[in-house]
Amino acid sequence: MHFDDLVNGFPNLTTTGLTQGAIYALIALGYTLVYGVLRLINFAHSEVFMFGTFGAMWTWGWLGFGSTSGRPGLGTAIMLIALGLVVAAVVSGATAVVVELVAYRPLRRRNAPPLAFLITAIGASFVLMELMGAATGRIQFGMPPLLPSNPVINVGGWRITPLQLATFVVALVVMFALDTFVQKTRFGRGIRAVAQDANTAALMGVNKGKVIALVFLLGGLLAGVAAVFHNMKTGNTRFNVGFLIGLKAFAAAVLGGIGNLRGALVGGLLLGLVESYGSALFGSNWTNVIAFVVLVVLLMFRPTGLLGESLGRARA
Amino acid sequence: MRQRFTRVVGGVALFALVAVGAAACKKDDAGPGGTNGAACGLKIGFFGALTGDNAGLVTPIKQGAELAVAQYNDKNKDCTVTLAEFDSQGSADKAPGLATNAVNDAKIVAMIGPAFSGESEAANPIFEQAKLPAITPSATRPSLSTKGWTIFHRGVGNDLAQGPAAARYIKNVLKAEKVFVVDDQSAYGAGLVDEAKKILGTAIVGSDKVTEKQQEFGATVSKVTGSGATALFYGGYTAEAAPFLKQLRSQGWQGKFLGGDGINDANFLSVAGKDSEGVIATCPCAPATAAKGTFVQDFKKKFNADPGVYADVAYDLANIFLEAFQTGKVTRADVQAFLGSYSKTGAASGVTYKWEANGELDPSQVVVWAFEAKGNAWVPAQEIPKS
Amino acid sequence: MSAVTDLWHRVTGFFNQSKPARIGLIVVFVAFLYVLPNREFYEYLNIPGVWIPLYTTGNDMAFVLFTCTWTILLALGLNVVVGYAGLLDLGFFGFFAVGAYTVALMTSPESKLITEYNWFESPYPWLVTVPIAIALALLSGVLLGWPSLRVRGDYLAIVTLGFAEVIRIIAKNQDWILNGDRGIPQVGHPPGTWPDGTPIFQFDAKPYYWLALTMVIVAVFLIRNLVRSRVGRAWVAIREDEDAAELMGVPTFRFKLWAFAIGAAVGGISGSLWAGYNNFVNSATFSVENSILVLAAVLLGGAGNQAGAILGGFLVVYVPEWLRSVGDVFGWPKTVRVFDINLDVSPTSLRYAFFGVLLIVVMIFRPQGLWPNRRRAAEFKDRRQAVVVGEGVG
Repeated sequence: MHFDDLVNGFPNLTTTGLTQGAIYALIALGYTLVYGVLRLINFAHSEVFMFGTFGAMWTWGWLGFGSTSGRPGLGTAIMLIALGLVVAAVVSGATAVVVELVAYRPLRRRNAPPLAFLITAIGASFVLMELMGAATGRIQFGMPPLLPSNPVINVGGWRITPLQLATFVVALVVMFALDTFVQKTRFGRGIRAVAQDANTAALMGVNKGKVIALVFLLGGLLAGVAAVFHNMKTGNTRFNVGFLIGLKAFAAAVLGGIGNLRGALVGGLLLGLVESYGSALFGSNWTNVIAFVVLVVLLMFRPTGLLGESLGRARA
Repeated sequence: MRQRFTRVVGGVALFALVAVGAAACKKDDAGPGGTNGAACGLKIGFFGALTGDNAGLVTPIKQGAELAVAQYNDKNKDCTVTLAEFDSQGSADKAPGLATNAVNDAKIVAMIGPAFSGESEAANPIFEQAKLPAITPSATRPSLSTKGWTIFHRGVGNDLAQGPAAARYIKNVLKAEKVFVVDDQSAYGAGLVDEAKKILGTAIVGSDKVTEKQQEFGATVSKVTGSGATALFYGGYTAEAAPFLKQLRSQGWQGKFLGGDGINDANFLSVAGKDSEGVIATCPCAPATAAKGTFVQDFKKKFNADPGVYADVAYDLANIFLEAFQTGKVTRADVQAFLGSYSKTGAASGVTYKWEANGELDPSQVVVWAFEAKGNAWVPAQEIPKS
Repeated sequence: MSAVTDLWHRVTGFFNQSKPARIGLIVVFVAFLYVLPNREFYEYLNIPGVWIPLYTTGNDMAFVLFTCTWTILLALGLNVVVGYAGLLDLGFFGFFAVGAYTVALMTSPESKLITEYNWFESPYPWLVTVPIAIALALLSGVLLGWPSLRVRGDYLAIVTLGFAEVIRIIAKNQDWILNGDRGIPQVGHPPGTWPDGTPIFQFDAKPYYWLALTMVIVAVFLIRNLVRSRVGRAWVAIREDEDAAELMGVPTFRFKLWAFAIGAAVGGISGSLWAGYNNFVNSATFSVENSILVLAAVLLGGAGNQAGAILGGFLVVYVPEWLRSVGDVFGWPKTVRVFDINLDVSPTSLRYAFFGVLLIVVMIFRPQGLWPNRRRAAEFKDRRQAVVVGEGVG
């Protein structure tokens, strides 16, 4: 127990925890959206995220910004990040839709049991990860430095770097946009309708196939956004980068109440903070233990997560 | 269920009958243990993680051996040698089967590997039983040489050589008074740090443990910056060290970053980029200079990449075996005896290979060098004195 | 062709009608399994006409079969939890770890229990530790099940996943008794010597395979009897509708706990067998991926049917191992050069990708698994015929 580490580092631990939590939350939304509509844990989502990290990296490399290049000016950096976000979102979104078309849609046509989806998800995850591994020689790739590292805020040892600020702000904006999309638009209504009762929605004229593809696409887009910030934060990627962060994000989704969009945000941020404080207190190697103990304890008192599960608002 | 069961069982039984009946169709491939043709068709085994999470670490080592074998075969077209790969994925639970398979292939008379210490514990007893001589290019756990395996040889210095040397470098050369130590809980990383700690003593102002595959080091970074350390010693591999370093730098930590040979590879420089400037990596190896042959150029030409850590060692080890074959040592016992009396300097690594009875390199031959990352290359800084 | 199918129907018809013939067939099949790891036998098993070896040319066949068998044991244990009681468990490998570590700690002379904690003077023989390993695995099943079985469905999945992860992290810690990545060497082997005095159980995987195979047969019979008893009927009731079962007076919590504990005990047996063979146990073996692989085995084979679990357990180990070097036989290239990059396309390195494709294809065409429980298969047949709204073709 290192209470002094926790006390001394508290402000910085909070910022790193929230930043990491924002990334978890973005990925968790992908799990939650799919779960809310299909009641399916999309295990291949971690690989969707991984494809996004490579998409952004290759774009930057193609423009001449490799891991060993110098730091560009702020304007260029913002342009690069924006471009990276677009490409990663497109790559991840496309991957997610392909997974849905190849691995899930044929099963739904046959009205397969839920556990069968779990296996195809695992299979799709294997295929995507191993193909990327073979294509990249299973080595690690570094990211170019983009945003300057001098802090925007530096008060008595409490530092907030531009990257942390950008991660948090962009994540919140994206999630707000998603929430609005689901609550206010026609497509969003379709999603909520299918989430409440797929068959009735279909009978009412909602194109279920399109809605499901849309849900995968949205999850993929968000994973792409997360991938870019993960790239910049950790400064590297490789073919198996998705697995662990995918598990964490899934845990975050469950923590908040899987199937609940706001729950994913709350769960992600909470998990980020718990990990950050916990690893200061007990050592980084105990991070996952702390995270899971918190999860289990919480589930015992609130068996459906912090905010409960409800993508369609009124679910019994 | 019963109907289906019998149907399937029946199918299998019928199939087995047909298969046994068709046995005559099977190609007559050469039985094991041909004695004619001396070195022709012999195999050198390579044992290590070629797929899975650690493949990035071991593949360059395999490529070093592959290069040596390819060069040999170019010169001896009528009598070639093959490199048989045993992909253990780096885990101890896959090792015994592969080791048994290697042992059962009489053409395999020499083994490079196992690459990691954990799988060595599981595989070496099997090699020992079959007296298959093995040299590991990269497993540095000290206790491996105390198990009484006669076939065990280590082509590099172990953690006992490197850990204290790194600590002496920090203490005597850098004269750092506040040192933070981090390890990745792997046998290698923790072993290195444990040995270094003994010498650093009170200079240590803090420590943390991370885990393999970890990507996010926010909490550790905040501990390091909070401790006021001016130097950090990391026991572990590139995969975690490079992102960790980048995150340290992005949070404004300016101290000296040091690691063992686990980060002494080209990929560390490529992943860490500009942040790698000034990083120190120790290595129980001597610098490969241009005078010592064309290994680096040859490797680049063949694999389109810089040689990774221990690729040079594997290249040298493969050449030792090939030399044995050329001098007519074509059985396991002969190769084992050949290794026992071997004493020459490797072309690529510059290490003098001379083994003691327990399989360790002759301590007087083990040198530990410090390399500094400068302008995206590992530049030899100095040899670390032995005391 | 029709002559062949006709013959096939006659043969199967004969076996279906005659019980002695059926039993004889099973005996022959089991005998076949016992002789299988002998090189003189399996080398001649191949597809007539073309020479494609059916044995694993890239790995020791006896070792692969042993790995298959302990995976089958795990699959049988998990099948009780997932297949019969319908509880989604993503952390089943944790019980394997409990079994393996118990054996390693008690039988290795280098165990910290001896060298540091002085719990006992000298290591115990393997045989003595197996019942303890089973008991501890069972106990950990109960301890995990007690709090977590109150949550349902997919939430249970994440809790069990967390359990396996916690076990792995504890194992990973070097300072505690499990000794982390450095592991525990010199784990004890099962007892017994050949007539010439050499120990039966040493490095050769064959005797271990025979032992594990025997364990599988015993486990199959024990679980079969259990499933046909009141306990088994309670499990099926819980699986089909937990609330209805509760209302009908089935103490669902107690039976779920039972399923958990029995599954865990079988997992513990598997772990202790493996530790007895492998000689060395460290934390690297117990990754989350393995738990997922065992679950894939159960569902691939067909949840709720022991034969399915056996088939699934066999396939998830055997297929990747067989793919390991089968490329050499076909002359498949190892690398392909695309845009100046050497792509590694050898089946060895792509074997898990192929395996992933296999999982997807099997699930699409047989979502109920390869060899499902008859009753469940019928349910699925009904499902398939049911109208799927909004998923019409085209």
